[in-house]
Amino acid sequence: MTETSPQKPIPVTVLTGYLGAGKTTLLNRILTENHGRKYAVIVNEFGEIGIDNDLIVESDEEIYEMNNGCVCCTVRGDLIRVVEGLMRRPGRFDAIIVETTGLADPVPVAQTFFMDDDVRAKTELDAVVALVDAKHLPLRLKDSREAEDQIAFADVVLLNKTDLVSPEELERIEATVRVINPSARIYRTQRSEIDLTKVLDQGAFNLERALENDPHFLDQDDHEHDHTCGPDCGHDHHHHHDHDHHHHDHDHDHGHHHHDHAPSPIHDVTVQSISLRGGEMNPDRFFPWIQKITQTDGPNILRLKGIIAFAGDAERYVVQGVHMIIEGDHQRAWKEGEKRESRLVFIGRDLDREKLERTFKACEASA
Amino acid sequence: MPTVAPLDLEGHVVGVTFLKGIPFFAEATGAIHRLDLGHKTTEVHEGLLSLVVDEANETLLTGGEDGKVMRTAADGTTTLVAEAPRKWIAQVAAGPQGSVGYAYGKTTHVRLADGKTKEFAEERTVEGIAFAPKGLRVAAARYNGVSMHWVGTSGQPIDLDWKGAHTGVTFSPDGRFLVTTMQENALHGWKLDAKPGAEARHMRMTGYPAKVKSLSWSAKGKWLASSGAPAAIVWPFQGKDGPMGKAPLELGTRADIMVTSVACHPAEDIVAIGYQDGMILAARFADSKEVLLRRPGKGAVTAMAWSKDGRQLVFGSAEGDCGVVDIAG
Repeated sequence: MTETSPQKPIPVTVLTGYLGAGKTTLLNRILTENHGRKYAVIVNEFGEIGIDNDLIVESDEEIYEMNNGCVCCTVRGDLIRVVEGLMRRPGRFDAIIVETTGLADPVPVAQTFFMDDDVRAKTELDAVVALVDAKHLPLRLKDSREAEDQIAFADVVLLNKTDLVSPEELERIEATVRVINPSARIYRTQRSEIDLTKVLDQGAFNLERALENDPHFLDQDDHEHDHTCGPDCGHDHHHHHDHDHHHHDHDHDHGHHHHDHAPSPIHDVTVQSISLRGGEMNPDRFFPWIQKITQTDGPNILRLKGIIAFAGDAERYVVQGVHMIIEGDHQRAWKEGEKRESRLVFIGRDLDREKLERTFKACEASA
Repeated sequence: MPTVAPLDLEGHVVGVTFLKGIPFFAEATGAIHRLDLGHKTTEVHEGLLSLVVDEANETLLTGGEDGKVMRTAADGTTTLVAEAPRKWIAQVAAGPQGSVGYAYGKTTHVRLADGKTKEFAEERTVEGIAFAPKGLRVAAARYNGVSMHWVGTSGQPIDLDWKGAHTGVTFSPDGRFLVTTMQENALHGWKLDAKPGAEARHMRMTGYPAKVKSLSWSAKGKWLASSGAPAAIVWPFQGKDGPMGKAPLELGTRADIMVTSVACHPAEDIVAIGYQDGMILAARFADSKEVLLRRPGKGAVTAMAWSKDGRQLVFGSAEGDCGVVDIAG
């Protein structure tokens, strides 16, 4: 007579993007389109959002540092309270959307869903969606680190207002976004017009789904990638190697064919991504290594994602992390004929590529 | 043998109490139920967030998602105390002389009996408010500490600083101590009668495996019981330095079932302990002896309160299975 099965966690989508990038327009699309789902929306300020039928909660962004001595362990204190209040009456909505302010750092929002036990017990971060104003991105990247962080941290990037720039400009903007975040899905949009199934219910932080949905994930250093382009994508994938890229102190002589750090056509990018590839790993070496890397370099790591092949293990192991938080689990059995290799992508700043490559390699079972 | 008179409600119960001997149950939906010669219901809020009992005049103060602060009397009649359209009233507190505290965002509001309202702004969001037992003084818990304001004067607040997010606040009944719950798994306390800067001023109460969400002072404030562990953690506050240097009692220990609610008996050194699985025990401080008051139910115990004579205990849960325990049976 009673329902004792635990509630399915409520998915949470985080919308980031500068003022004027189109967040409100996208929100209104989500709230008005006929998709049969009900949303609770947490906003910083009631703006021009339709409020007739939906549950809109205003909340001041409150960044709390955790008292654990870790400077990057920050959460959104206000979200903890609002989510707790919302989840007392879970029947009212199917999913939660958090709209952040233009200057918001996406990390504390995301970390709230990993670090707070109560929030974590009832909700699950679905994806971080960044809206980018194609026309103003170069300016934003010049005057703020947040704009870059928002892109670097996103699972889905909507390159919006594409009608306001020339095709050549758009190419350059998209190339820039891709340099900042090679693993995000990028969609070109006008007036935030997008098939909502590409934005909502992505399962990007779900270890089971994140990599399954995107078989080419982590393949961004292959030249044939076509999985992150918008519907009208016709751009070629050549990179501008003639740029002097002094703030990326990597060397190009290391035998791997990485092009994921292709120099940006815009000179204000400080985020880098590092893709590592290796063979089968020894878990007794890999786990202490990833722990140590995230402990020591955690503040500089925005996101990390990877698929690890452990020697003698029939299943793929997937890992993901935000700063010092790292999660991992077996995902599924390796398929017949599937290449058993280990891949890991770090997106962050001031990362030591040589050290990461060398120490990752040292975790190989054959090393 | 204790007996339980059950009351099955729809959803999450935010708070329970007795008003003039009548059991009250406040649901998150905003419906307030009472067992007064039958089950009666008043729709008080469009979503109820916060609740406190105004002991002085035996009424219930509640804050809602509808931006309203309401007072509910023992006969179920309600009056609007204050309103802030579209704000979530996450905090309410009952003050002396009919004053009511409430907070949303970064401001504490105190509405005096004559209808005047005073506002006290903080730099960060107010996460908890409480009135001191003596004098018209309100404390606001916020990030990195607590601000204490004299309501009658517009002087500078006294800032009690401690790094971290403070999510709730309570004064000891004698007014000598102030204790906060924190975002981390800990309580923090201040000895208010200590000289500023004195070593014994701060009290750290740590070691909890989970966040502390329920606190209850025992009769005369000799002990402070708390949730946040698989036992009720009860700190001694009899001495002049409170619990400093002393170990707390651990009562009603269960292997891996968390305590979610505590309520000290109004006269005896006994605490009612509600658990994640809905079970309720009573435990005596002197010898740790336990009595089962209620078997596990549908949801975590979210609220409990004793009748004034200490013979009945009212409880509510996260899944709506509530009831009244008669201790004598």
